[in-house]
Amino acid sequence: MRAVWDAPLGAVGRGAIAFAAGFGRFGTFAIRVGRAMPDIGIWARLLVLQMAKLGVASLPIALFIAAFTGIVLALQASYTMTGAVPLYFVGTLVGKTMLLELGPVLTGLALAGRVGANIAAEIGTMRVTEQIDALETLAYDPLAYLVVPRVIAGVIMFPVVVVFADALGILGGWITAMNLLDLSSAEFVRGLRLFFRPFDVEYSLIKAASFGLAVTSIGCFFGFQTSGGAEAVGRSTTQAVVVASMLILVLDAFWAVALL
Amino acid sequence: MESVRKAFGEKVVLESVSLEIRDGETLAIIGASGSGKSVLLKTLVRLLVPDGGRITVDGQDVLALEREALYALRRHVGYVFQFAALFDSMTVFDNVAMGLRRSGAMGEAEIRDRVLESLRRVEMSGYEDRLPSQISGGQRKRVGLARAIATGPKYLLYDEPTSGLDPVTTAVVDELILRMAKELAVTSVVVTHDMKSAYRIAQRIAMLHRGRIRFTGTPDEIRKSNDDVVRGFIEGRPDLGQEAA
Repeated sequence: MRAVWDAPLGAVGRGAIAFAAGFGRFGTFAIRVGRAMPDIGIWARLLVLQMAKLGVASLPIALFIAAFTGIVLALQASYTMTGAVPLYFVGTLVGKTMLLELGPVLTGLALAGRVGANIAAEIGTMRVTEQIDALETLAYDPLAYLVVPRVIAGVIMFPVVVVFADALGILGGWITAMNLLDLSSAEFVRGLRLFFRPFDVEYSLIKAASFGLAVTSIGCFFGFQTSGGAEAVGRSTTQAVVVASMLILVLDAFWAVALL
Repeated sequence: MESVRKAFGEKVVLESVSLEIRDGETLAIIGASGSGKSVLLKTLVRLLVPDGGRITVDGQDVLALEREALYALRRHVGYVFQFAALFDSMTVFDNVAMGLRRSGAMGEAEIRDRVLESLRRVEMSGYEDRLPSQISGGQRKRVGLARAIATGPKYLLYDEPTSGLDPVTTAVVDELILRMAKELAVTSVVVTHDMKSAYRIAQRIAMLHRGRIRFTGTPDEIRKSNDDVVRGFIEGRPDLGQEAA
């Protein structure tokens, strides 16, 4: 006779096996990408194009999110601190929060949707329409042609986008503090500089680079794993966005434990 | 190829395939849909890795080749895909130029000449600047053929070159395959389930059935075959092959 917990335990077991298998496949994929790196002749000329596509084209959405985040941060800080803490701490909170957390994480999550989905859908479609096989027959290593330039572009451009997002977020908070709060520009800057350390910027950039690596490699991995038709491309795209978003949050916690 | 086996999970597609392809010939591989013809073609250039067996091209063990040696071998092979597999973000010109740019042996002017020559051979001159989405299915197949012949291959592999085409375009593609074999002196392997095409273009025909080569011979020999499975397929009579299968 089957116990009532057989079904849920079975499901957990199958999920664990699927996770381990997926992890193994990703490991193999990563090793193959590493081996494709020396094919500079293939990927170098595609790098600039991918940097523009992944980075420059992502700026508007990243800046939009950052500007409104800065505004809300300033208003919430003022609301929280009323009467208890000097108001110039609004500058401290906006600066620290944008640099250490919200700048890189919100940008990373937005780009997981925009960039990760785009990569997975594009490569997945190429997989199911045999364009990747066609690359192979023309003596191109598809990993060198499709994956390496995207991953390198992600690692380079995510920090660039995050720098702009951090700056605009702080600027948004600054303008809000001057116009909607009873705070002068000098007081905001005083708060901003109070606990600032150059390492805050490094920390923001390290996180952004790791998010760039995660989003692009996960997007490429799920794109390459696609088999079937349009439905499979849709499934790969969804998986890429979900896994990349989760990985960003895991990396966020990891860097906090490792570096702070 | 000797005793080549390929399975996808539980499903065995190629049970044990042994086949010899002779220099300069055009060999048609026929068989029902889902019989593993395309899988067989892909194993020839290791687009799919067989689970067992041996594949030899020009004396080289394809399955044992290192990465660079495999790409060097593939430079001698032109592959025409079932749905052309053109790169949809590139123009017709850039699609055909891809293999030439990879070899690195030609300057841009020479590449241009070769691309235009390849497009002329498949009667697609004037379409250089079009995107694949701006041409018809038959034209895409022709551009796919131009891309395959541009690098001057020794071998041409065709995966269902006439599937989904109307009878007139099918005849045009068949004619192109014959012309390529004659003008370029290449060895061709054509996967098809279209018997009319197979008779028209092939010097030999091999039939794949249930993961094995069921028959190999000339078009005349296959017409005279007494094997019910073979007759059932070429005459389009499913009742014939049932017991013998």
